[in-house]
Amino acid sequence: MNLRPDPTFHASAKLAMQAPVENYAFTVMLSPDGEQSDGIAVVDVNPKSKTYGEIVHQVIVDYKGDEFHHFGWNACSSALSPLTGHAFLERRYLIVPGIRSSRIYIIDVKDPLKAKVHKVIEPEEVFEKTGYSRPHTIHCGPEGIYVSTLGGGGEDGTDGPPGIFIMDCETFEIIGQYEMDRGAQDKHYDFWWNLPQDYMVSSEWGLPPQFENGVVAEDLLSNKYGHSIHFWDLRKRKNIQTMDLGENHQMALEIRPAHDPTKSYGFCGVVVDTTNLQGAIFTWWRDDDGKWQSKKTITIDPRPEKPENLPPLLQGFEAVPPLVTDIDLSLDDKYLYVACWGLGEMHQYDVSDPMNPVLAGKVEVGGIAKGTNHPNGKPFVYGPQMVEVSRDGKRVYWTNSLYSTWDDQFYPDDEGGQMVMANNDENGFHLDKDFYVDFPKGYRSHQIRLEGGDCSTDSFCYPNV
Amino acid sequence: MAALWWAVIFSGFYHGINPGMGWPLAVSAALMERKTSALPKALGMLALGHFIAMIGILLPFSMMMFLVQYEIEIRVVAGVLVILMGLYLLINRRHPKFLARVHPARLALWSFLAAMAHGAGLMLVPIYLGICAIAENDTGHLAIEQLLSNNISTAFIVAATHTLAMTLAGGVIATVIYYWLGLKFLSKTWFNLDIVWALSLVLVGAFGIYAALNGH
Repeated sequence: MNLRPDPTFHASAKLAMQAPVENYAFTVMLSPDGEQSDGIAVVDVNPKSKTYGEIVHQVIVDYKGDEFHHFGWNACSSALSPLTGHAFLERRYLIVPGIRSSRIYIIDVKDPLKAKVHKVIEPEEVFEKTGYSRPHTIHCGPEGIYVSTLGGGGEDGTDGPPGIFIMDCETFEIIGQYEMDRGAQDKHYDFWWNLPQDYMVSSEWGLPPQFENGVVAEDLLSNKYGHSIHFWDLRKRKNIQTMDLGENHQMALEIRPAHDPTKSYGFCGVVVDTTNLQGAIFTWWRDDDGKWQSKKTITIDPRPEKPENLPPLLQGFEAVPPLVTDIDLSLDDKYLYVACWGLGEMHQYDVSDPMNPVLAGKVEVGGIAKGTNHPNGKPFVYGPQMVEVSRDGKRVYWTNSLYSTWDDQFYPDDEGGQMVMANNDENGFHLDKDFYVDFPKGYRSHQIRLEGGDCSTDSFCYPNV
Repeated sequence: MAALWWAVIFSGFYHGINPGMGWPLAVSAALMERKTSALPKALGMLALGHFIAMIGILLPFSMMMFLVQYEIEIRVVAGVLVILMGLYLLINRRHPKFLARVHPARLALWSFLAAMAHGAGLMLVPIYLGICAIAENDTGHLAIEQLLSNNISTAFIVAATHTLAMTLAGGVIATVIYYWLGLKFLSKTWFNLDIVWALSLVLVGAFGIYAALNGH
């Protein structure tokens, strides 16, 4: 119990940007074949340190086959809101779910170099208390820790819809399902919110049989993956509007609301448009009548390619789809970073006018039938994927694995894991030659969290002034 | 007598300073609505909720005080109740989760619930009962109706004075942060008063029992 708020609690996004920069990054290490146990790599990101750009500590768990994917903090800046009633928590634990096993690890990173497992929640407890499986996105919110899941009950996770459950933010006990009225929501992926305005937005990937053994081409071509986003009354736990982005917009994944809570808009990335293989970003906003609206504001074209250079899955299309698999918005709500995992590009859009994004910068590394090397000459397998922006907006980190079985379909010849960083400075948006983390043999990498918070964790209860 | 009225005012300042009673919400409301007039409005809503919580606790006691012959017993039991609330808050360090389900804009409701959950009204009870007892001694034996009506109006005056002091204290902090110091100061001025608060309840309860038994 602290007498003062945690030093990494920032009242507003602007104050978070001015706070001391990150010294460590925490990155998922996943064993794609389950041969080794998964873990969290602690990466030194302090350029003044002797071990800069190295993995300085690993928390390897006891079980195998968990498949780590996304994870998050037990507490973020929103815990500062007096409404939450627990303003004196520490940002200290990482909540790391196994997307395949449904096991959840609580990892204590108070001392990053001695980070260790604090508690393990067994899959049975998740199933029993929530009726959900395959936990995914973590956010700290008003009633505790919110965890989205990709599967419902039963062996293959299709017995009932997936949803969100709540965990106690101090004891990590699972409390139960979040939803009181889910409306038309029957798939799940990501979610985020605006706490003072009391709304939440959630998105859809697909049900477990549609992703666990790889992408199901027939389902994709018949538009059976998720293509709707849902708007919720956060505290009433009620779906107030379901918005269909159009069934050709397959896999509406990451939800990124503006960080300044006075704004009522945000973005959602769509992996692929099945009519033309484009990737897309939708801007969503609340109109003057309180109704939610959306508009496609960014499209990214596929690149034509000879079939012999393509993996079997794509040969029939004679093109490389961009595959927009992750997006991240800087804390000043100015730049939206868009990972084009297929093309091997990371795009930087100026979204100061959210209805008219402008491409401001672009980095090429990896990519299907391209495999652009890192500027240091070393390979970057797969393509740019999970992206995390430093709070001050000057450093953009990313890794390269999407999801074990999907990596193997889109990049059958690649293996490995890398984490790289691009600077956003007076020379524009460009990869840092000196920052390149090669993961230990047999491990791939996925989501990154930054010490003290980052651009896809913190929710703010106070506007920028 | 004067000392007890000062206690009413000081407890108001004390509650007002405590961020748990809501001043950070007033800052947030003014910033969210982007107009300064939202600040006094928010403080007013917080005050309303707090006042209702105070009067809601004091009134039942004012009703009981007409049982003049049990005055001391009632004051002792009230003191014990306040001590128990303090001990409960000391042992149960979990925060009331239901507060998180209140919509951020419903400040009066939030303030009422926060005051109830933290036993803010109870903290006033021993002081209030002390005032009633002294008033009674001063005025000599009155008809029961007269006594009851005196006690009820005292309850309203105590709750109003306390709430005014609370709003003043919280309002000063909120205004200074809003206009001059800025949000950065928010995390600097914010202290965890949980333990101090719980101990205050125990202290006030013990004082109530002591005063009752020693005929003050």
